[in-house]
Amino acid sequence: MTTTQPAPIIPKFDDEEDAGRKLAIICSKGNLDMAYPGLILGNAALGEGVETHLFFTFWGFDMIMKSRMHDLKFSPAGNAAMHLPIKDMHLPQAIAPAMTGMATKMLKKQIADLGVPEVPDFLDQIVASGGHLWACRLSADMMHIHDTDLRDDVEGIISAAQFIEMTKGAQLLFI
Amino acid sequence: MPVTTIDGRQVHVNDEGFLTEYGEWDEDLAKALAAQIGIDLTDAHWKVLRFLREDYKAKGETPTTRRVQAVGGVPVKDQFALFPRKPGSKMAYIAGLPKPHGCV
Repeated sequence: MTTTQPAPIIPKFDDEEDAGRKLAIICSKGNLDMAYPGLILGNAALGEGVETHLFFTFWGFDMIMKSRMHDLKFSPAGNAAMHLPIKDMHLPQAIAPAMTGMATKMLKKQIADLGVPEVPDFLDQIVASGGHLWACRLSADMMHIHDTDLRDDVEGIISAAQFIEMTKGAQLLFI
Repeated sequence: MPVTTIDGRQVHVNDEGFLTEYGEWDEDLAKALAAQIGIDLTDAHWKVLRFLREDYKAKGETPTTRRVQAVGGVPVKDQFALFPRKPGSKMAYIAGLPKPHGCV
């Protein structure tokens, strides 16, 4: 049905409901496939004008370490949802550990085919969009990692308490 | 779909106000759409908008901010400066296109 509106309909881009909305994402995994959910959601939130903080802890450090961020891997081992490229056949788990290289290559290709950037490039985009990157103090101490080991745009190595304080009122995701 | 009057002419829009007919848009209308959301169009804006129009015509979908950077050559940071806070949907709105539906 066509209705004629006398006044123009203007999208609510600066809705008051959204004012002050914040998202905090805790990235705790260093597997290639588990790096992406936080990046995709963080990037989407920034595109919607939401203040976004990514907090890297434990294995998540691999996403922001200069020496490791280009080399995340995907392993089908231990993943019961891993199927062979042919239809719905499960990948036999006994051979899964040997397949990390091939599986990583395949996943990277699938991601690239969709125009989705690699992890370091994706973090560049998130920072360019105004996103904030933080590293976990305890993980850094435990693994003897210093700020010089991390991407230069990581804003600080902070404690859990500082993170909680900083993300007051934020929606929170643990990945 | 509602019909609304923008810049003295009738256009088809969706419930949010995004144009639904590719052919109803022109550059004068873009100026009026931009003004409605508080944006004054400069050459830098036009570079993005023209890329959006061309890419939509070629691909049938609105490019995401990522694609505007990777293919259109306008860095994401600049897109945020030109179309503050919500670049993806603001530039689609002014270009008379649907919101981008790609995730990245």
